[in-house]
Amino acid sequence: MSHTFDFDGRAIPFTTGQSVGAALVAAGIRAWRTTRREGRPRGIFCGIGVCFDCLVEVDGVPNQRACLVPAAADMIVRRQEGAGRGHLAV
Amino acid sequence: MVTSPSDGTPPAGRAMETYDVAVVGGGPAGLAAASAALATGARVVLVDAGRQPGGQYWRHPIGDLGAVADLHHDLATFRRLVAGASAAVRLFGHQAWTVEPAERGFLVRAVADGMERAVPARVLVLAPGGYDRQVPFRGWDLPGVYTAGGAQALLKGHQVVAGRRVVVGGTGPFLLPVAAGLAVRGASVAGVFEANAPAGWLRRAGSVLPVAGKLTEGAGYAAALARHRVPYRSRRAIVAAHGAESLTAVTVARLDARWRVLPGSERIVECDTAAVGWGFTPQLELPLALGCATRVDVDGSLVVAVDDLQRTSVPGVYVAGEACGIGGAPLAVAEGEIAGRAAANAATAANAAGQPAVVVPSRLRRRRRALRRFAAAMHEVHPVRDGWQTWLGEDTLVCRCEEVTAGEVRAAVDELGATDARTAKLLSRAGMGWCQGRVCGYATACVAAGSGRPVEADLRGVAERPIAAPITLSALANPEGAPRQQ
Ligand SMILES: Cc1cc2nc3c(=O)[nH]c(=O)nc-3n(C[C@H](O)[C@H](O)[C@H](O)COP(=O)(O)OP(=O)(O)OC[C@H]3O[C@@H](n4cnc5c(N)ncnc54)[C@H](O)[C@@H]3O)c2cc1C
Ligand code: FES
Repeated sequence: MSHTFDFDGRAIPFTTGQSVGAALVAAGIRAWRTTRREGRPRGIFCGIGVCFDCLVEVDGVPNQRACLVPAAADMIVRRQEGAGRGHLAV
Repeated sequence: MVTSPSDGTPPAGRAMETYDVAVVGGGPAGLAAASAALATGARVVLVDAGRQPGGQYWRHPIGDLGAVADLHHDLATFRRLVAGASAAVRLFGHQAWTVEPAERGFLVRAVADGMERAVPARVLVLAPGGYDRQVPFRGWDLPGVYTAGGAQALLKGHQVVAGRRVVVGGTGPFLLPVAAGLAVRGASVAGVFEANAPAGWLRRAGSVLPVAGKLTEGAGYAAALARHRVPYRSRRAIVAAHGAESLTAVTVARLDARWRVLPGSERIVECDTAAVGWGFTPQLELPLALGCATRVDVDGSLVVAVDDLQRTSVPGVYVAGEACGIGGAPLAVAEGEIAGRAAANAATAANAAGQPAVVVPSRLRRRRRALRRFAAAMHEVHPVRDGWQTWLGEDTLVCRCEEVTAGEVRAAVDELGATDARTAKLLSRAGMGWCQGRVCGYATACVAAGSGRPVEADLRGVAERPIAAPITLSALANPEGAPRQQ
């Protein structure tokens, strides 16, 4: 079964169980974050939650690992400029 | 039937009993450990950050193993282990952020959906696996460059082919299943570039033959690569990635025996995707948090030291799978089975205050010995040689998170006088970002070691980190049972 979520105004299809990041890659989108220092584009690198390259905002919560978050219908996914870690304890 | 994440999960908010054995990690090693411990009658809890069992090796789309069955091996073992572990209390979607000693054993502290849950157990089996080992090269931070395991995870876990035209590079036998999987699923694979010269395998046939099953697997991949006309080139490496916003080409070069580029051998290969891996790095946060002794393995990785019952230096803590030495899934299963039996025995003997009488069948010990020999032979022909450091420009990123360049790490060593990896890290900030040095730790240790191999203290200096996963303030403020706040 195919559904979609919203990525910066674009409907991205996904199949049940796919991560947000996998669905973006499947849609041909490879970068959704820029780095703090050089503003370089980043997307998935390790694919398993280790590298934190793939950070993205999901339903208003920033710094989610796109490779881990399961895609859900009607999610609002936004690209992220730089990366803050304000809500993290460590 | 594959279990769903909620199966066997106790309701939140209830104080947990003390389990005999807590197994952290539901990959090949952890599943085998849980299954073996249950078979002795122990009460077992299985904790995994993923949403379903299988770990890296048996990764599959949620609830749908069938869709990727052709990409897998030994599914009969997987089904046997899942069935064997089904009587465990299964906490999937639970990331253990630390483990600590407690009155009657240990506490596994895990977060799930923004809540913390503390799981008490008499004895621990840690089977956290590992992740792709990386060495930096020019342009490796461009989107379109993936770890080999990342490309594999997209394929096996999400049925997404990472790109249309792909190059695969690095070292080790794992490059073969990655390239074969991509080719079988329709990518055009422009080449597999293996930096070593694995003809060395033949000379070590003695240690390889007892585990012929592994060899057949290799032959299967070779056949798939031949069928899809994928060239396999040894003594070559992807030494630079090119593109503005994402990958459009790589430079592939021939290497000498120390991995320095042979002048004039560079050529450009157009591609939209590169998958690179240089072996694996064990995930050691949890065993290090408990103070388990480590050693440096044949492949240069820091691993947990274990005895022939998979016991670590800390009483009551067992480790199995990649965390005590990279050796592939069959070895992880054998070690898990031994650890599960031994741990259950220790826990129940402690209950009854009786003498531990561990029964590990000699066939299992023999199997582990043969598989370890196989792994050692594999590591000997696929080392990471120091010449990769000559590929880097001064401005090549070593630390992707904090954007620290090779020049900056070298300056910490040459100008600021850092004589060990930990100091190089503190002075340059390499490894101080989001991933806490998981990706760049090995490279930073190598740069600090210059042309030598990093020693144990260097590897520990970049592997020790306060927590196994970032944890939100709200999760800490929300012990189990409290309502979730965002
Ligand atoms: C991305 C990737 C893909 C791979 N694909 C293949 C492949 O296709 N073929 C192949 O032969 N080999 C593959 N490997 C190598 C493979 O990892 C091993 O051979 C095998 O899976 C090792 O088994 P294991 O049980 O030791 O670890 P793993 O399979 O890695 O299992 C470890 C488990 O522990 C869990 N875990 C770790 N830390 C925590 C924590 N703090 N809290 C909760 N849970 C935790 C993880 O979620 C994981 O499920 C891959 C490795 C990686 C990194
Ligand atoms: S791609 Fe590495 S954490 Fe998501």
